[in-house]
Amino acid sequence: MPRPRRPAADPAPTPETVRLTGVGFGYAERPDVLRDISLILPAGSFHFLTGASGSGKSTLLRLLTLSERPTEGQLILFGEDATAVTARDRPGFRRRMGVIFQDFRLLDHLSVFDNAALPLRLRGAKAADYRADVEEMLAWVGLGDRIGQRPTALSGGEKQRLAIARAVMSRPELILADEPTGSVDPAMADRLLKLFQSLNRQGTTVLIASHDEAMARRSGARLLRLNDGRLAPAPATAAA
Amino acid sequence: MIRWSNLFGPEMAAVRAGPPEQALLPRDGAGERWLAGVIAVLCFVACLAGLGALSAERAAGGWARELRGEATVQVRPGVGETGDAAAARAAETLAGVSGVEEAAAMDRATAERLLRPWMGDAALADLPLPHLVTVRLDPDTPASALVLGRALAEAGIDATVDDHSLWRGEVERSAGTVTLLALAAFLAVAAATGAAIVHAVRAGVEARRTVIETLTLSGATDGAVAWLFQRRFALLAFAGGAAGTGVALVLAGGVRFLGGGEGLSPALPLAWGDLLILSPTPLVAATVALVSARLTAGRALLRLGAPASAG
Repeated sequence: MPRPRRPAADPAPTPETVRLTGVGFGYAERPDVLRDISLILPAGSFHFLTGASGSGKSTLLRLLTLSERPTEGQLILFGEDATAVTARDRPGFRRRMGVIFQDFRLLDHLSVFDNAALPLRLRGAKAADYRADVEEMLAWVGLGDRIGQRPTALSGGEKQRLAIARAVMSRPELILADEPTGSVDPAMADRLLKLFQSLNRQGTTVLIASHDEAMARRSGARLLRLNDGRLAPAPATAAA
Repeated sequence: MIRWSNLFGPEMAAVRAGPPEQALLPRDGAGERWLAGVIAVLCFVACLAGLGALSAERAAGGWARELRGEATVQVRPGVGETGDAAAARAAETLAGVSGVEEAAAMDRATAERLLRPWMGDAALADLPLPHLVTVRLDPDTPASALVLGRALAEAGIDATVDDHSLWRGEVERSAGTVTLLALAAFLAVAAATGAAIVHAVRAGVEARRTVIETLTLSGATDGAVAWLFQRRFALLAFAGGAAGTGVALVLAGGVRFLGGGEGLSPALPLAWGDLLILSPTPLVAATVALVSARLTAGRALLRLGAPASAG
């Protein structure tokens, strides 16, 4: 069965997927959203980013997806300086990531299938090459019988599963997820956690922003805790 | 590559066959049907303006050609010479001038026939009429009024030569003005088309902001997203342009058919082949849309995609 492949131009994984050094970010009306963030996500690591609502978790993810630019410090992604990345270079970084948004960001005019296949399609893959792969993933997340429907016909949990399927479809090097289990029942949350763990075992670096510290501890991942825009020392997890 | 099911466990539900790929941009996100209608109307007007310009240019060209091929000479008889004899002598002189195909004295009966519709029978009998010579000039190398006047002077004939240059100049100036006006109308319509497309693309980019963000965060380049807008609006303009051109063709063809061999009307000649000049209109509309959408979407994406860096 034909399988989607990563673009040939993608460089080999680097020992450090993410390195932030003294990163800060803010707006004119709130200059200290993030302060002095320094962290390293080694390639193949699994981290949970926890913190209270408004602590800066989503903002940190937006910096990593290059949707925002640090106001201070340095951001290294995949071994390259991405602090002041240009519009021309941004897609190259983003194609190595899979992003799961808190609000799903599904395209309502596309079918469930086309939403899941979006990253592959944007990389120029042929539908015949990825059809089986996408169908298999959708079946796995429990959307196999919803494949031709629009996202508007899905429940919140189903939308979340579709958003996750889309993010991992291209087998990215780095997965960034913002509250990826916020809209699903505990059983599905565990199943999705297993999905992230499986991808991580394949070498994918995973960073999940979640307020659910219990799940974070269960996952065995390392914990990063944001407190009022600063990275606080976090207790070791069971597995760590 | 390892299968998903091998990675994560058994499948949760059966798979239904997937649908064909759908367009990445939502349809009619910014009143695209309205825009297609506007483009159709603009192209229809542009086609009529173009046909009008061509027809006016043809008519003026024909009239000028006719005037350029003729001259009229008014002869004043000498002492002891009748008017008819002076006119006959002038015609004979002019017939031998290079650039003249034919020269003929106009007899009184012919002159009266020409004047009768305006003067009536009663007045004509006592009216002193000028003695005229009509001259048909060689269309390729017509003799000038100066040459004709000099030949008559050398033959001792007192005459005034009118080569219709005054009237011809007015006709040509009028035709040039009509053509320029039609061209200006065409350009105004093209500019209006561009402006409508620019407005629609801007609205489209804003209306699809979330879609664009999702696409770019999924790895789409700005160029690829701009191309989605370019293709969408170019196809839209082509369809609208084709509809407007089609209606204009049917209308012009109908009028041409009713006009018979003379074109739109005896005053506005148009050949069937002239209708072909309308055929590139949809392509021109699509090109205007392509360029407008590229520039507008490129600027809008730059504004949308620029990461915030306030601090």
